[in-house]
Amino acid sequence: MIIFWAYISAIGLISIGIYGLLMKRHAFKLIISLGLISTGVNLLLISIGYIIGGTAPIYPKNLNISAPMVDPLPQALVLTAIVIETAILAAALSLAILMHREYGTLDVRVIWRRLR
Amino acid sequence: MTIDPILLLEIVLTIIMIISAIIAVETKHLVAALAMLGLVSLQASVYFLILQAPDVAMTEASIGAGLSVGIFAYAFWKTGETEEKLENLEEMDKGVLIK
Amino acid sequence: MIIRRIFAALFAIFFFISAYVLIADIGFGNNKMDDLVGKYYIENTIKDTTALNVVSTVVVNYRGLDTLGEVTVLFVASVSVGVLMARFKGSKLWNVSTTPIHITAGRILFPLIWIFGAYIFVHRHLTPGGWFPGGAVIASGVLLLMLAFKDYLPSSKLITFSESISGSLYVLVGLIGLAIGGYFLYDFVYRTYGIGTIGTLISGGFIPIVYTIIGVKDGVELSGILHHLSRDDTE
Repeated sequence: MIIFWAYISAIGLISIGIYGLLMKRHAFKLIISLGLISTGVNLLLISIGYIIGGTAPIYPKNLNISAPMVDPLPQALVLTAIVIETAILAAALSLAILMHREYGTLDVRVIWRRLR
Repeated sequence: MTIDPILLLEIVLTIIMIISAIIAVETKHLVAALAMLGLVSLQASVYFLILQAPDVAMTEASIGAGLSVGIFAYAFWKTGETEEKLENLEEMDKGVLIK
Repeated sequence: MIIRRIFAALFAIFFFISAYVLIADIGFGNNKMDDLVGKYYIENTIKDTTALNVVSTVVVNYRGLDTLGEVTVLFVASVSVGVLMARFKGSKLWNVSTTPIHITAGRILFPLIWIFGAYIFVHRHLTPGGWFPGGAVIASGVLLLMLAFKDYLPSSKLITFSESISGSLYVLVGLIGLAIGGYFLYDFVYRTYGIGTIGTLISGGFIPIVYTIIGVKDGVELSGILHHLSRDDTE
């Protein structure tokens, strides 16, 4: 099996984020795991569109390209994904602050028991 | 033996990224976890530059390592929590702690 | 507890191995551009608009409606932060100890930071950048002011006013394109009037106009989020 370092780091980040989402109980830890998963997914998307020996998709001023350009479509997709991840993070943190005000604790299992 | 320097950089970045992600999930100090999240974002930004994507590298560096850490720090300040103190669930079930 | 931890670790490892085996079949770095859409975008950017940055053309011209949706999502998140934080109406900010170093540095650095942020999103069609890093740099300039001077808060009315004006301007540009060309967000600056030469600042169709509008909107929005989060709990 050949080792591609880009794929290993991206999928490794996603699986560590999934482990954190399953195991942890503190609300801020869950939000940090969400951020890890988002970063891993963005890395995976861009490393699929890479060509060995390619250059960045920007034309120089005299319009001479010396090497093939990498795929510009995943980069536009990842720009949108980073913006939406920031919006999710801000809204989730506001919800966590409000939860702390209502119940006095940030432990999700304690709050679940109190709701029943 | 000639080692390609870009490959060496990729290996070092991968190892540091995985180690800091494990620390970010496992530690009890929340401020340390936040610093590790910023470190992962910074490594990912350098990795984007190796994969020839300068727009995405600039966006990820300024958001993940700049504004995201700032918003998290605001949330830490408002709730006053800097360590992960969890309640003991077995004692609560037996009725020892009355809340 | 131990059983749960073992199951979670096994699940994470299983996910890692299966995903890696499935993706390594694709290969890394193969030249597969001959049957992908990206090839059309790379070849026709200079002809359709005179911008030099391919990713900016994809975001504004070829996939312009996705950018409108993304701006809407950011707007909804900013509104939700404002609604959720509405019960903190206090006017007492945090106690930071400001020294003369902070005040002097804040006064000198703040216009430079704003000029740098504006440079990032105005020159989008020539150099890498984008509207989101430009807006984030502008918001961090406002954060520097909030840290340096104790009683400074960006005024809430100005933030909401400029945010709504910028959002409406973007839809207005799209509607003007609809009136002139025939579909929403038609590039009316380059296609009908032919303004712009390759490689200068005035080029790339209506890309600088759109990026300036969205960059200003985003900088103001992120400052609004910081402003809502920084109030203290005195009701």
